[in-house]
Amino acid sequence: MRNAVITGAADTAVGRLEGSSCMSLHAEAAQAALEDAGLRAGDIDGVLCAYSLSEPHLMLSSVFCEYFGIRPSYSAAVQAGGATACATIMQAAALVSAGVCRHVLAVCGDNRLTGMSRDGAVAALSEVGHPQFERPFGISIPAAYGLVARRYMHEWGVTPEHLAGVAVAHRAHARRNPKAQARDPLSLEQAMAGRLIADPLRLFDCCLISDGGAAVVVSAADTVADRPSRPVSILGYGQMNTHEHVIGMPTLTEFGCKQSSAQAFAMAGLTPADVDVAEIYDSFTITLLAELESIGFFKKGEAGPAVLEGALDLGGVLPCNTHGGLLSYGHSGAAGGMFHVVEAVRQLRGQAEGRQVDGAEVAFVHGDGGILSAHCSLVLGRA
Amino acid sequence: MGTQPRVTAETAAFWQGCADGVLLHQCCSACGHVQFPPRFFCVRCRSRAPEWRPSAGTGTVYSYTVVHRAPTPAFKDDVPYVIALVDFDEGFRMMVNLRGCPAGDLRIGLRVGAFFEPAAGGGALPQVRPLEDGRC
Repeated sequence: MRNAVITGAADTAVGRLEGSSCMSLHAEAAQAALEDAGLRAGDIDGVLCAYSLSEPHLMLSSVFCEYFGIRPSYSAAVQAGGATACATIMQAAALVSAGVCRHVLAVCGDNRLTGMSRDGAVAALSEVGHPQFERPFGISIPAAYGLVARRYMHEWGVTPEHLAGVAVAHRAHARRNPKAQARDPLSLEQAMAGRLIADPLRLFDCCLISDGGAAVVVSAADTVADRPSRPVSILGYGQMNTHEHVIGMPTLTEFGCKQSSAQAFAMAGLTPADVDVAEIYDSFTITLLAELESIGFFKKGEAGPAVLEGALDLGGVLPCNTHGGLLSYGHSGAAGGMFHVVEAVRQLRGQAEGRQVDGAEVAFVHGDGGILSAHCSLVLGRA
Repeated sequence: MGTQPRVTAETAAFWQGCADGVLLHQCCSACGHVQFPPRFFCVRCRSRAPEWRPSAGTGTVYSYTVVHRAPTPAFKDDVPYVIALVDFDEGFRMMVNLRGCPAGDLRIGLRVGAFFEPAAGGGALPQVRPLEDGRC
């Protein structure tokens, strides 16, 4: 879909942002993305927002547009959990390609750390469990992924050390990123000794809870001549949706990212071997390991050992989550997935500073929502 | 302790079964498809002919997790507790709590049997515990 390009991308600070609000984070990210694109707010004719736990509303995109002071001809909120950010980019590209919009702003943000208690965030997230057949048994998001992890370990020989290796790899990336929320050194031994959350998942197997926002502008390709920042091409995209709840999962070892990524690579005319840098949803360490194998970057059971050998690091076979990911950069709801998109744009523009993947020309971005339920993949390229 | 969920017309028979000490599931009278959770239609052939059938209540642990961090205050006194996905012998999968299993005996493939636990607010929740001769 080469007639849709990313012209602007930005994120706010992440972490504990005292006094921030869901809407202020949206506006800060949106303004920065507009400046990056060299556009005025009035140039935006399409807006895609996500959802908020701290300031929930039936019509979040309308709430944002009113607050930001814009009146776009197209506006909608998209809710696909961790797949939302990628899904908004996919939808923005489709809107631009169809000629419905010229410049679509995709913007997410939430203040999950200061806007609600940690207990409140955990409880709100547990409500994705089935109301009659999961929640009465004390399900939480970590518990749902604990079930996935236990089965995946059983079938494919994944070990606690492999999981910890993923956490350590993300921390190594985050330590090169001054914006990352979690930058303290983390050893394999420390990660493996973290307190149990939902066995086999321990503290460092779980993503952070953060305040933050992120925004991306998707524009028609014939508008890029006037843009100040190097554009990034949207080469391919795809989605797959297989279930919502754990009790509805077809299997606990094969996921819709296989189909969504295959669609995206086919549209781009590329394969996983062409990817220079990957930004893949890492809500838990097992999420990333399973997705790396389902997408086909590694054979089943081989991602864990590869991670311990440095596969995901700069200079590894697949530099992945170079900003630090949800595990160490930050996770503020739908914006968490948008951080992956923003990082891919920075890598393709050569703006990733101390964590730059040399000569990165093709990036793969993936988000998954629910319990590996909704999947959206993007293939982006240096324009 | 789990709370009795809000019951709907599609699930009332299931929860009444729990209160009566019977684990029910649905089997399509048109195509034979076994399904859970209960619905008014069959997800395979789309007929409106799912029938309620009692389960023997025996099954095999497909996966499990030991929860150390409660999602809500209602579960704070229960940690650590085991959530298991159980494949019942009739061919349906449920999420339940696995009770009475020493940590060292927890394993995928464990044979379990259903029992019913009083729920906060009335009614009963289906749960499982290891079968005596727990071999799969």
